[in-house]
Amino acid sequence: MYSSITKKVIMSLMGLFLITFLLVHLSLNLTLIISSSKDTFNLAAHFMGTNPVVKVLEVVLFGGFIIHIFWGIVLFFQNWAARPHSYAVWNHSQETFFSKYMIHTGALILAFLAIHLLDFWYKSRFSGGMPITQIDGIKYDDMGQLVLDKFKSPAYCSLYVIFLIFMGFHLDHAFQSALQSLGINHSKYTPFFKKFSRFLAVVITIGYISIPIVIYFIL
Amino acid sequence: MSLFDSKIPTGPLSEKWTKFKADAKLVNPTNKRKLDVIVIGSGLAGASAAASLGEMGYNVKVFCYQDTPRRAHSIAAQGGINAAKNYQNDGDSVYRLFYDTIKGGDYRAREANVYRLAEVSNNIIDQCVAQGVPFARDYGGLLDNRSFGGAQVSRTFYARGQTGQQLLLGAYGALNRQIAKGTVKVYSRRNLLDIVVIDGKARGVIIRNLITGEIERYFGHAVVIASGGYGNVYYLSTYAMGANSSPAWIAHKKGAWFGNPCYVQIHPTCIPVHGDYQSKLTLMSESLRNDGRIWVPKKMEDVQKLRRKEIKPTQIAEEDRDYYLERRYPAFGNLVPRDVASRAAKERTDSGYGVNDTGLAVYLDFAEAIGRIGKKGVAAKYGNLFQMYEKINDENPYETPMMIYPATHYTMGGLWVDYELMTTIPGLFAAGEANFSDHGANRLGASALMQGLADGYFVLPYTLSNYLADEIYTPRMTTDGEEFEQAERQVKERIEKLMSINGTESVDTFHKRLGKIMWEHCGMARNAQGLKKALEMIPELRKEFWQNVKIPGGSDYFNPEIEKAGYVADFLEIGELIVRDALHREESCGGHFREEYQTQEGEALRNDADFAYVAAWEYKGENKAQELHKEELRYESIELKQRNYK
Amino acid sequence: MNLTLKIWRQKNAGTKGKFEKYKLTDISTESSFLEMLDVLNEKLINENQEPIAFDHDCREGICGTCGLYINGRPHGPEKGTTTCQLHMRKFKDGDVITIEPWRAKAFPIVRDLIVDRSAFDLILQAGGYTSVNTGNAPDANSIPIPKLDSDRAFESAACIGCGACVATCKNASAMLFVSAKVSHLALLPQGRIEAAERVQKMVAKMDELGFGNCTNTYACEMECPKNISVSNIARMNREFIKAKIFAEVPTAVETGD
Repeated sequence: MYSSITKKVIMSLMGLFLITFLLVHLSLNLTLIISSSKDTFNLAAHFMGTNPVVKVLEVVLFGGFIIHIFWGIVLFFQNWAARPHSYAVWNHSQETFFSKYMIHTGALILAFLAIHLLDFWYKSRFSGGMPITQIDGIKYDDMGQLVLDKFKSPAYCSLYVIFLIFMGFHLDHAFQSALQSLGINHSKYTPFFKKFSRFLAVVITIGYISIPIVIYFIL
Repeated sequence: MSLFDSKIPTGPLSEKWTKFKADAKLVNPTNKRKLDVIVIGSGLAGASAAASLGEMGYNVKVFCYQDTPRRAHSIAAQGGINAAKNYQNDGDSVYRLFYDTIKGGDYRAREANVYRLAEVSNNIIDQCVAQGVPFARDYGGLLDNRSFGGAQVSRTFYARGQTGQQLLLGAYGALNRQIAKGTVKVYSRRNLLDIVVIDGKARGVIIRNLITGEIERYFGHAVVIASGGYGNVYYLSTYAMGANSSPAWIAHKKGAWFGNPCYVQIHPTCIPVHGDYQSKLTLMSESLRNDGRIWVPKKMEDVQKLRRKEIKPTQIAEEDRDYYLERRYPAFGNLVPRDVASRAAKERTDSGYGVNDTGLAVYLDFAEAIGRIGKKGVAAKYGNLFQMYEKINDENPYETPMMIYPATHYTMGGLWVDYELMTTIPGLFAAGEANFSDHGANRLGASALMQGLADGYFVLPYTLSNYLADEIYTPRMTTDGEEFEQAERQVKERIEKLMSINGTESVDTFHKRLGKIMWEHCGMARNAQGLKKALEMIPELRKEFWQNVKIPGGSDYFNPEIEKAGYVADFLEIGELIVRDALHREESCGGHFREEYQTQEGEALRNDADFAYVAAWEYKGENKAQELHKEELRYESIELKQRNYK
Repeated sequence: MNLTLKIWRQKNAGTKGKFEKYKLTDISTESSFLEMLDVLNEKLINENQEPIAFDHDCREGICGTCGLYINGRPHGPEKGTTTCQLHMRKFKDGDVITIEPWRAKAFPIVRDLIVDRSAFDLILQAGGYTSVNTGNAPDANSIPIPKLDSDRAFESAACIGCGACVATCKNASAMLFVSAKVSHLALLPQGRIEAAERVQKMVAKMDELGFGNCTNTYACEMECPKNISVSNIARMNREFIKAKIFAEVPTAVETGD
C-alpha cells in the first residue's frame, strides 16, 4: 500500500495532467465559436481522432482519469474510516469552502464525463451515425454540427452549464492543493500560486461555459 | 549539631567533581543490561535521567501521571536556562555562576553541589543544541543571551518565552529514542503510591494505573524521584493542576529525610488573583523585568482613583510614580532576585499602595521599552507573553501597564540528598526540584531548568552507576515478595479508607482551605505567632479531611477525584512540615522571611552563627513531630556576606 | 452569566456515550472555561454525582493536555487559544454550549471528554529526535544557524501536541502535527543528518495508526492554538518526496539485518 503522501502525490500529478488536458481541450473547442466556420474545429477533431500519437496519448489520458478517480475514492474511504463517530456540532473555519467537497464535486464531474463521452466521443468513434461535412472536397465527420445541434436544446445546454460550474468548484481547490501536496510552498510564491489557482479555475470554467452559451444564444 | 555524611569529595572546590568522576565505580555493559532503574516523573530531570541511563544500557522504567511524558510541567518554564558560556564576553565564568547562585540562594546552599552545577551548565547547552533545541540566535547565527534576576551578566539562553517547552521536547526526544531502542519503557497516567524498601534499600514501587484503577508492582535496583516540588500545598500557584509532591512525601515517610521545607519561592511577576473560583495563577516570565519597570503610585489619592477606575495608570505623571525597586536597589533595579522583588511588592501593597480592585497588584510597565526599542522590538522579545496576558486579563499590555502580583512558584526545599543525589534511603535518588540541593534559600531565575538537566544528563548517570556497581550481585527480583505484598495491601487500605469516608466536602474545598492557611501564615512573610496558629489549624483540617471528604464514584476506573484526594492528604502533612521548619528557622533568608528578623530597612536578616545549616527532617510516624537533623554548611571558597543588591 | 451545557458523557472506551444537559448560574465572565467546568464539577460532587472527566494540567496553554470540542470547534471560538486559556467573556449570557471530546479513530475515548492521544507518542518514537548520546555534543556555537531557519524551527517546534489539528480535520489527519516535528528538525543542521530516514519512518507510523489523509483544507492551521503553519505540511511532503526518490537503499550489512 502506498503511503498517505504518495497517494496525494499521485493525485496531484494526475490532477495537474488533467488540468493541462482541460486547457488543450478548451482551446480546440473554442475554435468552434471563435472561427467563422466550423471547419477548423472539424479538422482539429479529425486530427485528434486519427493521429496515432494522439491515440496513444488518449490512452494515457484515460489512465490519468482512472488513476485520479481510483485514488480519490480510496482516499475518501480511508478518510471516512478515520473518524467513525462524527461530531454533533461541526462549526469550524476553513480557508476554502470547496476543499472539503472534492469527492462530491468529483463524483458530479464523473457523471458529467460519462454523459459527455457517450454523446461525443463514443458516438464519433464507435456508434456511427455522425453527420458528414466536406472540407476542400474531402469528407469529414461533422463533429461541429453535432455539438451545435446538441446545445440548441435548452435542457442539454443548462445541464452542461451546471456541471461545468461544479467542475469549476473542483478546480478552485485543485491547482494550489496539488502544489502543496508536491511540497511546493514558499513564502514568496505561495500567495501568488493561490491566486493563480483561482484564476485558472475561473478562466477554464468561463471558457467552457461560454461554448454552450454562445451556441444557444448567438449561433 | 548532629552531623552526617553528605559524601562531598575532598580536594579543592573546582576539582571535586572531576575527582568524583575519576574515582566513581563503573558497571560494565553486560551488567548494565541486568540492572533496572525506576524513574518517577518525566520532566526535565526525569526525562533527561531516563534517556541518559537508557543510553548507557540500563533498563529504565519511567512513570508519569500525565498522558505523555512531554506534558510534565517543566514545559511551562518560560524565561530560560543559565550557563557560564560567556558567549557575550561580559566576564562570565563557572566561578561567577557558582558565586551568583550561592549568593542568590542567600548562602544556604551546599558549595560543592552548586559548583558542580555551574561546571556542567555549559555541557547542557551543547547537549540541547545537538538535540535540535531551537534557542534564540543572533543574525550571525550564534546563540543569543538575555539577563535574569540576580546576575550582572547575560548568561541566559532562551527560546522565546517557551524555553522549558523546547528543552523538555529535547529531553523527550532523547527519551523517545531510547523507547524505540527498548531500553526505556514509559508508563503514563500512573501514580506512585508507595516505595518498596527491602533490606534497607529501595527496590521497587507500587503504582496505580489511573485509567483502570489497578494497582501494579514494579521492581528496580534503584529508584529516582523526579516528581517536582510541593508548591501546590498553597493551592493557588503557578504549578500544573496535577503537580503533586506525593512521591517525595512517600519517600519521606519511608525514611528519606526532607530538607529545608520552608524554602518556598514566591515569584514576583504573576497575574493577580481575580476571584474565588480561580484554580491557578499564571506566571509572567521574569525575563519581562529586563525591559519592564515595576511601579505603584506615590500618592494615595491616585491609588484610590485607580481603584474607582476614575483614572488610568497611563495618566499618572512620571514624578508621581514610585519605581520602588529602582529606588531601593539602584544597582540591580528591576532585576533583583525573586524573593527580594516579591517582598518589595508585598511591602508596597501592605502599605496600601497596591493597585487593582483587590489592592493586591503592582504595575509592570513597558512604556519606556516601547519608546526605546519600539513596539516591534518588544513584541519580538515578549510577544507570546503579552498575548497570554491579554487573553487572561482582557487588557492590552502594549497600551496599559501589566498588573502583577507574587505567587507560589517553586520550592527550593525537597528530599535531602547527598553529593550523589541519593536520599537517606540507599538506592533512592532525588533529582530536579524534588531534591533540596542547589538553590539554597532562593532560586535564581533560569536556574531550575539548569539544575533539572544537570541532575538528569550529567550527574545521575555517574552517581547512579557508582551505586549500581555494587548491585550487580543482586539479581532481578520478582514482585511477589512480602514487602511488595504488604505495600500493596497498605495502599489499597488507604484508598478504601478514603472512599469510605463519604463526607460532605469535596477534595478541592479542603485543598483551598489548606492553601489559604499556608498563604496567610507561611507565605511571603512569616512570624512565630502566625506559624504557631497554622500548626494548630493544619492538623485540625487534616482530621476534618479524613472524616468529611467526599469522593464520588468508584475506584476501579478512571476517577480523578481519587488521585486528587491522595495528593491533598499528603499536602495536608507537607504543609505542617513546612510550617514547622519555618517556625524553627529563626532568621530570614531567601524565600523564608521572618518578620521578627529584618534590618531597619526591612531587608532579610540572616543568622549565620546559628542557622548556617540544612534542616533535614526525619519522619517519626503518624501525627508525631519529625526529628530535626542539621547538615552544617561549610563555606570554603565564599565568604558569608549579607546579600546586597543596592 | 447563566449557561446551558450539553456535555458528552461516556464511562469508558467500551461503552456507548450520550449527551447530558447541565444548567449553570452565576458564572463570572472573568473565569476561564475550565474554571467554569470546575464549578460544574463541584456542584455535581455536592449532588452526589460523578464529576465530568476532562483533561487539563498546566492551565497556561503550553502543556497541550486540555482539548475540548466546544460548539463545533476545537478549543472553542477564539483563534490561537487552548481550552484552558479560553475565558467565559467570549460567551454570552444564556448560551447553550456543546462540549464534545476529540473524535478520531486514532484517539479512542478514555472517559467523558478525555481521549487517548498516545498515537502521537508512537509517531515521535518512530523518529522525532536526533540520535546524539548525552555528553557527546560539540560546542553549541560550533555550527552557526541562520536566524531565520532557527526561528522557523522554533515556530514548528512550538507545537504542543494537543491534537486539535486531528480533531478539526475532516479526515482526522495528523499531518500538521507530524509535519511540525519533521520541519523542526529538518530546518536545523543537527536534524538534517537523519532527515530522510526520519520523515519516512514518521509518515509510515502515522499511516499505520489510522489517521486520515490530508486534503489541504487548512482547517488545522486555522484551529491550531499555536498557529502552526501548513507550510510545514508542504515541507514534509517535499522532504518525503526527496527521500523516496533520492535516499539510497542501505545494504543488509548496513542495516544489520
